[in-house]
Amino acid sequence: MLLHDKDRIFTNLYGRHDWRLEGAKKRGCWNGTAEILQQGRDWIIDEMKGSGLRGRGGAGFPTGLKWSFMPKEVGARPHYLVVNADESEPGTCKDREIMRNDPHHLIEGCLVASFAMQAHACYIYIRGEYVHERERLEAAIAEAYEAKLIGKDNVNGWDFDLYIHHGAGAYICGEETALLESLEGKKGQPRMKPPFPAGAGLYGCPTTVNNVESIAVAPTILRRGKEWFLQFGRPNNSGTKIFSISGHVNAPCNVEEAMSIPLKKLIETYAGGVRGGWDNLKAVIPGGSSVPLIPKDICDDVLMDFDALRDVKSGLGTAAVIVMDNSTDVVKAIARISYFYKHESCGQCTPCREGTGWMWRVLERMARGEAEIGEIDDLLDVAGQVEGHTICALGDAAAWPVQGLIRHFRHEIEDRINNYRAGKPVFVPVAAE
Amino acid sequence: MSVRRLAAAEVQPESFTFSKESEKKIAFWMNKYPEDRKASAVIPLLWLAQKQEGWVSEPALREIAARCEMPYIRVYEVATFYTMFNLEPVGQHLIQVCGTTPCWLRGADDLKAVCEKRIGKKGRGSVSADGKFSWEEVECLGACSNAPMVQIANKDGDFYYEDLTAEALERILDDLAAGKPVEMGPVTGRKCSEPTEADVAVLAAAELYDGSRARPLPYLPNTPEAKAAEQSEDPAPVKKGRPARKAADADEAGGAVKSAPRKAAKAADAAKIGTSGPKKVTAKAVEKKTGAKKAPAAKTAAKKPVAKKPAAKKPAPKKDAE
Repeated sequence: MLLHDKDRIFTNLYGRHDWRLEGAKKRGCWNGTAEILQQGRDWIIDEMKGSGLRGRGGAGFPTGLKWSFMPKEVGARPHYLVVNADESEPGTCKDREIMRNDPHHLIEGCLVASFAMQAHACYIYIRGEYVHERERLEAAIAEAYEAKLIGKDNVNGWDFDLYIHHGAGAYICGEETALLESLEGKKGQPRMKPPFPAGAGLYGCPTTVNNVESIAVAPTILRRGKEWFLQFGRPNNSGTKIFSISGHVNAPCNVEEAMSIPLKKLIETYAGGVRGGWDNLKAVIPGGSSVPLIPKDICDDVLMDFDALRDVKSGLGTAAVIVMDNSTDVVKAIARISYFYKHESCGQCTPCREGTGWMWRVLERMARGEAEIGEIDDLLDVAGQVEGHTICALGDAAAWPVQGLIRHFRHEIEDRINNYRAGKPVFVPVAAE
Repeated sequence: MSVRRLAAAEVQPESFTFSKESEKKIAFWMNKYPEDRKASAVIPLLWLAQKQEGWVSEPALREIAARCEMPYIRVYEVATFYTMFNLEPVGQHLIQVCGTTPCWLRGADDLKAVCEKRIGKKGRGSVSADGKFSWEEVECLGACSNAPMVQIANKDGDFYYEDLTAEALERILDDLAAGKPVEMGPVTGRKCSEPTEADVAVLAAAELYDGSRARPLPYLPNTPEAKAAEQSEDPAPVKKGRPARKAADADEAGGAVKSAPRKAAKAADAAKIGTSGPKKVTAKAVEKKTGAKKAPAAKTAAKKPVAKKPAAKKPAPKKDAE
């Protein structure tokens, strides 16, 4: 069964209606916010935990649990909430729509989450390229201040300041500690953990970093109840989620759907189907460029949730579905992703700094067929040595797509190499339509 | 990682000063960070310098180092680390073609070919003969459902052009070269990233937009008020027994209410758990806020609902300080 409109949280995802405060209020934003805060922070955190919401930024860590890691009492150092709006994972374009079309969901969420963590200040770190989105969000925040919904002595009863900060084109700043470094005015190089941000984060103070979508859904969950949110999706994968569908579909789009929707149904219902029909499908990257791709036979019946995709050795990530049809040079597609990671590695850890470039160069050669068969295993070996040997997860993210490619399309790389040696064309795409 | 250096000495200007307009924006940004954390403003200030001059020069870095009270080398590190900063002069219009896989799958190579044909060699420093354009390939710009796309930076701002084809990009470049304004966004008539070929209507239900969701909620789920309301309900058939007030109420509450009977036992359990902890806090919070003890059940009714207050009419500034 498909998600009904009445159960969609982001009712202005497509910008068809007024994004300003008045329009947002009419759609239910800021309704009963003061009452939510009056229930107390334990109630809020319990509701969030009970809702089963898992972080929407890729890792899927339970949001309520994350909130509960903050110190119970505010000591000498103030608490901060930092919202990660550095949306740069290839394939992902959901937070952009929230920020430019439904900004008040996010602003209200910032207030509620900050209250739950006893933070009086919150920074939204938005990627530098989203200039228009940043201006929209600044305007929405100005409205909220004007209406005394946030700020000193606001009507909701929790003194709260909300600031926007922006980056300048570094994917790595989507990693929470790199983001904090960047917010402090430094290069975005991830910090060693521990200490975790909840102990020492922004300016050395207790900090929680959450994705835009995780924060923006919180007020609606609290208004409608954890049971409402739990009814969508399978156990441990509850709720609704914005799926970004891109690549070789007839009509790429963003859509909010229930978790655990079958991948095929998602693509066929909302994106007009795969270009040339379902049988023309070659592979899908189901959760943004970092997760391993899955070939068509898995796509046929896999569910879009954390556990189902983990079971097929991929991941939900940010639920950014990148579709590739039979005309795709899949080796080239992954080589381009490898280039992305090479470009975005911060250079701090040697396995990642050197490994990403090495993997990209080998894959480029393999895409042309100029390689030895034995190099496929070398590549797999190097990917395994990058994975898990770096401070942050960028090394893993660079290794997984390569591992996925070899796992499912090894024969294609071998054909490519054999063709090249036989003097045949390297890749003959199948006509799309 | 990409290795980036400042432009050669002969390209660097003698000096750099922020314009009056930039100064206002600097004050706006500086205001956002704690007094002793001025370094936090380094990226916004570098960006302001770039929007003013088109690129970031060495004197600009020195000026910003002074403003942010940080060593020059730290500003240098930041300027060379973050790829959005132009370290050399660029064309009036800098075309940034997204070439990452989602855009590549949908024809980013065609856009690159157009740029190569019309502007010349890739690289933001290789400006076309008329000084109007330069182009480069950038990594994912986060508009993947509107692929392929470019971002064009010029003195007016930074604009996304989406759902492009080679022809559409040619037209945009023609218009820019002729000095005509070009509207940002998808070129296909799509508004944002909405589905255009969905089997079902998405976000079309009228009740989402008729204001019914702004009606004050009778109570929040899993609170003492919710429990009280549930107990006062007829224990027998839930459908009939539900008070009219609730049925007519906002959809937001409706969702919660509807799910309750289906999992009646579970919901009741949850309500119990929900009340045990926060009850004290609730009473305290109310006391603190209103200065008087109030029965929790009466609270919602007595308190003037937030949603009914007229929204501030004052139009928000069209642009922020930038």
